[in-house]
Amino acid sequence: MRKLFGFICVLFVLVSCKTETKKASVLQETQQGKTEPTQKIPVYTYKELAPLLTKNDGKTYVINFWATWCAPCVKELPYFEKLNTVYKGKGVEVILVSLDFPDQLKSKLIPFIQKKKLQSKVVLMVDPDQDTWIPKISKNWSGAIPATLIYNKEERRFFEKSFQYDELENELLKLLK
Amino acid sequence: MKAIKTVLVLSVFTLITAFTLKPVESGYDVGDTAIDFKLKNVDGKMISMSDYKNAKGFIVIFTCNTCPYSVAYEDRIIALDKKYKKKGYPVIAINPNDPSASPNDSFEDMKVRAREKGFTFPYLFDDGQKVYPQYGATKTPHVFILKKENKNLKVAYIGAIDNNSHKPAAVTKKYAEDAVDALLSGKNPEKTTSRAIGCTIKTNY
Repeated sequence: MRKLFGFICVLFVLVSCKTETKKASVLQETQQGKTEPTQKIPVYTYKELAPLLTKNDGKTYVINFWATWCAPCVKELPYFEKLNTVYKGKGVEVILVSLDFPDQLKSKLIPFIQKKKLQSKVVLMVDPDQDTWIPKISKNWSGAIPATLIYNKEERRFFEKSFQYDELENELLKLLK
Repeated sequence: MKAIKTVLVLSVFTLITAFTLKPVESGYDVGDTAIDFKLKNVDGKMISMSDYKNAKGFIVIFTCNTCPYSVAYEDRIIALDKKYKKKGYPVIAINPNDPSASPNDSFEDMKVRAREKGFTFPYLFDDGQKVYPQYGATKTPHVFILKKENKNLKVAYIGAIDNNSHKPAAVTKKYAEDAVDALLSGKNPEKTTSRAIGCTIKTNY
């Protein structure tokens, strides 16, 4: 009986720890949001990106991992843009996490965003330690892009594949019901 | 009390299954026996691993002309081949992309790239895209290190070449080299898998 009680305590501590970190991350993120001019592309390590992947605010997030040099990624970007436009008012946010080379932010990424007039939030992920952060995003991700994470506080789904619009919308709807 | 017990049993069950249930995946795991192949090299000759009577194993790398990550690794792949061919672990590069989905990865373009860069290793065309799915390659570059055991080819390592694709000078872990070094000294590699960002393999289905 005592053992049982101990186990429950440990579980409780584990669970409450998790909530603490989440709160901290959200706070940190809003602070960053205030200091960053809206036009600027945030450049993140995994540690800085992680809060965007674990939000617990009732919204559903569609996180697309892409790069300007990745042809299938570029092909499906309009579907993510459309999803963002259609579902923005319905508690959905699309975030495009670029894996472009860090030294090509100004020469490739920013001109691409301007040319395509991307409306979704874009962040640049520059963490070189891929072997550490890829499995944290999903244990099923080999590292190929395009890849997409759809999550809310109840559920997380990860896809290492390209999408058509209907298919993408269907996957989102599964989390919205 | 009963409710607590149920919760406990359920949480233990969840914990156990979380670590043991494997997602359905095709392709090789470390320890599996790999198939040989017979594919056309850029010099027009057909190449199989069974042609290499004296090799102790192979560094098989799925790579291509068009992926910036593959291009970033070209010099390092040449260096790997130069270092390990003489020790019994030659590099064999295979382009898994379907040229109808990725035009600059055609056999003709492969010849050009191999000549431009002075590839010291075979650069094979996975005609019909039959080999990469059996290996379970998902991207370029994707490394499979195979060790000859009797007549079999055992998969000893799957993953990246090292831990910094953009900056060779900033590499702190040479996964592929460490794996081959371990095999050469009769040990199993300490790190048998690693992950890195790469380009998805281009297909038309």
